[in-house]
Amino acid sequence: MRLLDQALVRRAAPVRSLLVLDAILGAASAGLVLVQAVLIARIVALGFSGASLDDVAFDLVLLALAFAGRSVLTWGFEVAGRRAASTVLSELRLELVERRLRSQPLATDGAETGEIAATAVQGVEGLEAYFARYLPQVVLAVIVPVAVLGLVVAIDPISAALMLITLPLVPVFMWLIGRYTEERTRERWLALRLLSTHFLDVVRGLPTLRAFNRGRQQAAALDEIGERYRRTTIGTLRVAFLSGAVLELAATLGVALVAVTAGVRLVEGGLGFQAGLTVLVLAPELYLPMRQLAAQFHASADGVAVAERMLELVDEELPSRPEPNLIAPSAMSATVRFEAVSFAYPSRPGLVLDGLDLELYPDETVALVGPSGSGKTTVGSLLLRFIDPVGGRISVGGLDLADCRADFWREQIAWVPQRPTIFRGTIADNIRLGDRGATERSVRDAAVLAGADRFVQALPLGYETLVGDGGRPLSAGESRRIALARAFVRDAPLVILDEPTADLDRTSAAVVAESVERLRAGRMVLLIAHRPELVEHADRIVILADGKGRAAITDEVL
Amino acid sequence: MTATIRRLMLITDVRRTRLALAALLGVLTILFGVGLMATAGFLISRAAEHPAVLSLSAAIVGVRFFGLARPLARYLERLASHDVALRSLGRARAQVYEAVEPLAPVQLEDTRRGDLLSRFVGDVDSLQNLYLRGLEPPLVALIAGAASVALAAIFLPAAGVVLAAGLFLGGIVVPLAAASVSRRTSVRYAEARGALTSELVETLAGSAELAAFGLERDRLRTMRRADSTLVRISRRAAFADGLGDALRLLVTGVTVVVVLAVSVQAHAEGRLDRVLIALLGLLALAAFEAVQPLSEAVRELQATLAAGRRILDLTDRVPRIVDPVEPLAAPQSPVTIELEDVRARYGPGERPALDGFSLRLDPGRRVVLLGPSGAGKTTVVKLLLRFLDPERGRVTFDGQDLRCYRQEDVRSMIAVAGQDAHLFSASIRDNLKLARPEANDEELARALGAARILSWVQSLPDGLDTLVGEEGRELSGGQRQRIVLARALLTDAPVLVLDEPTAHLDPPTAKKLVADVFSAARGRTILLITHRPEGVDLADEVVVLRERA
Ligand SMILES: Nc1ncnc2c1ncn2[C@@H]1O[C@H](COP(=O)(O)OP(=O)(O)OP(=O)(O)O)[C@@H](O)[C@H]1O
Ligand SMILES: Nc1ncnc2c1ncn2[C@@H]1O[C@H](COP(=O)(O)OP(=O)(O)OP(=O)(O)O)[C@@H](O)[C@H]1O
Ligand SMILES: [Mg+2]
Ligand SMILES: [Mg+2]
Repeated sequence: MRLLDQALVRRAAPVRSLLVLDAILGAASAGLVLVQAVLIARIVALGFSGASLDDVAFDLVLLALAFAGRSVLTWGFEVAGRRAASTVLSELRLELVERRLRSQPLATDGAETGEIAATAVQGVEGLEAYFARYLPQVVLAVIVPVAVLGLVVAIDPISAALMLITLPLVPVFMWLIGRYTEERTRERWLALRLLSTHFLDVVRGLPTLRAFNRGRQQAAALDEIGERYRRTTIGTLRVAFLSGAVLELAATLGVALVAVTAGVRLVEGGLGFQAGLTVLVLAPELYLPMRQLAAQFHASADGVAVAERMLELVDEELPSRPEPNLIAPSAMSATVRFEAVSFAYPSRPGLVLDGLDLELYPDETVALVGPSGSGKTTVGSLLLRFIDPVGGRISVGGLDLADCRADFWREQIAWVPQRPTIFRGTIADNIRLGDRGATERSVRDAAVLAGADRFVQALPLGYETLVGDGGRPLSAGESRRIALARAFVRDAPLVILDEPTADLDRTSAAVVAESVERLRAGRMVLLIAHRPELVEHADRIVILADGKGRAAITDEVL
Repeated sequence: MTATIRRLMLITDVRRTRLALAALLGVLTILFGVGLMATAGFLISRAAEHPAVLSLSAAIVGVRFFGLARPLARYLERLASHDVALRSLGRARAQVYEAVEPLAPVQLEDTRRGDLLSRFVGDVDSLQNLYLRGLEPPLVALIAGAASVALAAIFLPAAGVVLAAGLFLGGIVVPLAAASVSRRTSVRYAEARGALTSELVETLAGSAELAAFGLERDRLRTMRRADSTLVRISRRAAFADGLGDALRLLVTGVTVVVVLAVSVQAHAEGRLDRVLIALLGLLALAAFEAVQPLSEAVRELQATLAAGRRILDLTDRVPRIVDPVEPLAAPQSPVTIELEDVRARYGPGERPALDGFSLRLDPGRRVVLLGPSGAGKTTVVKLLLRFLDPERGRVTFDGQDLRCYRQEDVRSMIAVAGQDAHLFSASIRDNLKLARPEANDEELARALGAARILSWVQSLPDGLDTLVGEEGRELSGGQRQRIVLARALLTDAPVLVLDEPTAHLDPPTAKKLVADVFSAARGRTILLITHRPEGVDLADEVVVLRERA
């Protein structure tokens, strides 16, 4: 592990002034430590030579003031350091989420929710010590020993030489041992990541696990991962403690060496009492900043190990071209063309789509059918620009969609995914995802169109029922109808419906089919469906097979 | 508070002897440090009187001994205390999981996934600080502080009194005062952390829909809010923490000043040997090392207790569905299942999800259950699995109420391909084997074949070892459903319950699939829940579940 990680230090740029202030406060406080040492030695020496309390009163007051000054500086150090850290940490956290939302909505980067959550909360917390204490301490670890040595040289060069002998041990050991911990710290973080990802997966799958009588066994699996975490932790710590012990040994040996030599030289008259005492009080201060540096280094080792993965997730250059800035024309009037589009998912070899040609005209409803796994949903994801073609292009009114801003393009689209997510919030909030400004009235109208109004009204709290994660669970068909209502309330020129009537009974499906019939007027609709009552409504049917599209007539499908 | 600590100690299973050993080493570390500075001060003062070098040898040996012994004691102390801390976590996580497991699914529905995650990982992790930062330092401070005071008092009682007062102020009064400022923050911090995790988990899981609806910015704003709550709390905490440290330092300074003053005064009055002035001054300075971690200790104790309460809140939940004290022997296959005039309700305030429903599943019968969405079909499945107990009426296996059997025995009779079944982020093979760990590849292939997904799996370069992604999102909708179905087919449970197995399949595939499953399930009882026509013609009986009025 490097003493200063360039990528991390760069992250601290926005709070540089705070960190500099922090270092200044720290240095000032170290200066007062020197004053303190000199004063203590002076007071003791005066007392030693028989001075009365009045003789030392002034020095005592100065000493008290030095302590008071240090205490104020310490307060400032803590507040400034942690303020700086919290700013950096919160930026990191949000960037992590932002990147996923903006550039990886389909999560094809392989990072799992549990991992990102662990990285963003636990991992980022681990970096607090790095920014709040370690970085300022780096400055102190350089300044303070130099200052202490300077003062000691002025008082007693021989003691200074003694200190110099023990001093080089310090960075050497830190370097050696720091290198060794890197590997282990990373292992430890891996174990923690595994623990988070695994637990989240297990919690989500608990009903399934229990249905198969496999719930209890998971305790053993989690136990094992937890145990691995403990083992790697103890391993890291053992090394960390050893490096700490080495530094402490250097410190106490330094003190002992100075004390003994100074004592002997005092007897022989080669050194004054006050000088000897000052040097003695100063000796531990020489090592303190470095010991603290080592301590902070280990305290933030966890964070630094995570940082690597975190920065990888945040900073990774996306393969896409320079930020697209064209505005796609409206789907009300422009034709959407898939021109020999090919696509492959990064995690699987082989093309899902292989030279697909497909046209969507304004005011036209196209039914996309085909066997399961033929790539229908993938076509929807391409159209939504969650993914970009690996070959060919998608054009809108002649413009390459990849050159257009995704967010503006998506504003034109209403989408009902194959597996809709119900977010935590009220039912009304969930429908309003389609249109934030929707009035109560239009939310209800949309729900009526989706065949959801009746069951929502039957709930004790109606549209104000809390649903989603931690809220009231809905049946599969109920969730789908909420997702449909979202699309209906959106009033967008391009509508993508992925299996809109799956999980619906005949009556509900008929209601939805009728609503789709009403919706399609004046809109471009891509209807991914198997069921005849829906496909019948399409102007055109395209069968997707072997990665290519083929026109078909209704009877062929049904 | 002590009750909570006691309960957390039970959860974390700590050995008192180990704790005592760690504390002893901690005391030694402090005392060796005090010894080093005090002897060194004495040595130099004594040397200034120009005695024979030989007369200093005791002090020189002392300095050398303390110089070597302190780092050693510190090293051993840290090993011992961290060992106690980490060992204590050993079973804690498993216990949390074991407490949560019987609550699923119905009793966990009001707890957010991210919050559970935060309790399981973050909060359990903080329990290690209970000993390391919360209980050990006060113990060490008490003993080491008392020893330092006694030492000072031997040489000069007044200095002992001053040091005792200083340690009391800096070690007890200041930390407690700082703690009263930060008490609320630590509870709020644990909550805010849980909230942020929940927000994160939900946002990440729904990222595609959020992006499609252009809600990234909205979401980021929500996240920013959750995040800034966390930031605000931690800044407030920094303020209070810094204040505590500052006050302690001030108390240290005043104590050292007063000890020096009384020593000088005592020497001037001839009550104290002059060589002891340095000793007392440096002793006072070094003694404060013992109380230095106390502000943090109080803070950590609070934070740990806040985290601990969140864990206890989970382990305190009483599962509503439990095994009987004297369970019947496991039901024998073939089994006749009956729902008799059942009413089921999810919560006290809810409308019944199912009311007055009866159904009989004789061995080998194939029953199709139809009914509008929301009529309670999936609820029937939950009743059969005993995830839910009926409020009225009974569910019976061979005439015996389900509640008389062990839950595991009930569930091993039924294989379910659920509507909301979960796929784990693992390989296809691992997901299948969940149903029957001992299954070999041939059996897996047979189940996949009946679910009409075998040829696709075989066409994959990694075959059965292909990863399905988090929640199976690297599969298409229909592929996912068929893997879930294959998993259910793999068991040899006598009753097969299929909840909408064909919702995402094209009609020809769906038709063949149902026919295949029906013939593969020879002799097994089948309950097929569906909205689709496929299978209805093959059924022995069709039951229609009417919507509640
Ligand atoms: N995120 C992903 N990573 C890897 N492969 C994927 C991913 N999503 C889909 N696939 C694969 O790509 C192929 C096409 O999937 P897609 O979801 O587009 O099919 P589909 O036509 O919608 O099928 P269905 O009717 O079953 O929903 C499938 O073989 C699927 O396994
Ligand atoms: N855990 C729960 N808590 C409260 N209410 C629930 C819960 N699960 C389901 N419900 C409600 O109970 C009713 C019946 O739900 P169930 O899932 O059994 O319906 P279903 O017949 O399977 O519908 P679908 O065909 O849409 O799957 C619905 O109104 C649903 O909202
Ligand atoms: Mg699909
Ligand atoms: Mg259902």
